[in-house]
Amino acid sequence: MSKPVYVIEKLNAWFGERHVLKDITLMIDLHQVTAIIGPSGCGKSTFIRCLNRLHEVVPGARVAGAILLDDADIYGPTVDPVTIRRRVGMVFQKPNPFPTMSVYDNVAAGLRLNGVRRRGILDERVERALKQAALWDEVKDVLHKSGASLSGGQQQRLCIARALAVEPEVLLLDEPCSALDPIATARIEELLLDLKKSYTIVIVTHNMQQAARVSDSTGFFLLGELIEFGETREIFTNPKDRKTEDYITGRFG
Amino acid sequence: MQRHFDEELATLKEKILRMGAMVEEQIANAIKALVERDPELAQRVIENDHRVNAMDVQIDEDCLRLIALHQPMAGDLRFLTTAMKISTELERMSDLAENISERSIELNEEPQLKPYIDIPRMAQEALRMVKESLDAFVNRNSELARSVCKADDVIDDLNHQIFRELLSFMIEDPQTTTRAIRISFISKYLERIADHATNIAELVVYLVEGKIIRHMDV
Repeated sequence: MSKPVYVIEKLNAWFGERHVLKDITLMIDLHQVTAIIGPSGCGKSTFIRCLNRLHEVVPGARVAGAILLDDADIYGPTVDPVTIRRRVGMVFQKPNPFPTMSVYDNVAAGLRLNGVRRRGILDERVERALKQAALWDEVKDVLHKSGASLSGGQQQRLCIARALAVEPEVLLLDEPCSALDPIATARIEELLLDLKKSYTIVIVTHNMQQAARVSDSTGFFLLGELIEFGETREIFTNPKDRKTEDYITGRFG
Repeated sequence: MQRHFDEELATLKEKILRMGAMVEEQIANAIKALVERDPELAQRVIENDHRVNAMDVQIDEDCLRLIALHQPMAGDLRFLTTAMKISTELERMSDLAENISERSIELNEEPQLKPYIDIPRMAQEALRMVKESLDAFVNRNSELARSVCKADDVIDDLNHQIFRELLSFMIEDPQTTTRAIRISFISKYLERIADHATNIAELVVYLVEGKIIRHMDV
């Protein structure tokens, strides 16, 4: 096995009084795809939002426990959450390109925010990110048209390119395909398999077949607890916990 | 939650059991026809093989349809892949019952070489293995399945014993060679039937425990 990027120990999270994650302990390996599955409200989105300190932006939200990213606690007192979010990119359920910006400016936005100004460098990084997101060939002639003019699947790949442009170490995806048709979904899945060569990926998905197809490891969450975590091929052929079996075979409820 | 899918799986299980019962009958009749020198019964076994083949095709189609439409996971997936393989094993057993009947029709053209004692005993043992492997499947009983795998040694010993006995017949009187070889074939067919029952038992261990024990010492 490769070395862990994240070591998560006894992670707990709350929204006000509501205890939504309970003693989550697991490791996320370098250049692997880790899938997080579980029914609605099980805490899976909260879990990945803790990985880039996005959980705490909600008023009343609180976190306890340790999340080590490359051996350093991301909740340490001197850590700037903005730095963490630069190292850990995120893509959301609904494609959300900046509506008033062109395709090019969408991808360049993060770079400009980080102080990159030189045209040559921007051009190069935008092109590379769009190529990595398997979108370049489709948009290279419309770079200065609005990002909102693209199809849903293209918009989602544009969001992935935007996240990749700042060269993060980890890419978090929260239900990235739930608003996409099967063809666009298949393209994103292919893309993830290519991207894991250079990035560590964590994906939250409701689509069990998707988790089975794209991930190396899978964690099953239920009512804020991590019920089972292991190799994907083991989880989907021979899960150890009855609750996991019931969920993935659709007996749950 | 009760799933409609569970009804489909129950129907499939029932079909496998029906196919298993047909195959047990085929084997029992093939041996009965041999011992009682009844060529008509032997002929019936040969003719009935196509019914078992049709069941095999139907079970395969059912499994493929369920896999394609439901994308089963975990225990459901193991059940469907196991069902497909069990149906193949049963189909091969019926082919062997047919082969026994072909040999017994040939044997009926000459006087009986010797009273059949070990062959029926071997058949009884093989049938018990078939029955128990299917019981283990129905009840998801991997312990029973493992005991079936061990019983295979008894059959192998009987097969060797029968072979040695027939060899002495042939050495004593070469006139018996044709009949002795045919009986030896039948003994071999029964040994193969027990192998297929062992395969089913190994599949049941996989179904229940998720462990592949095939090609390993149990």
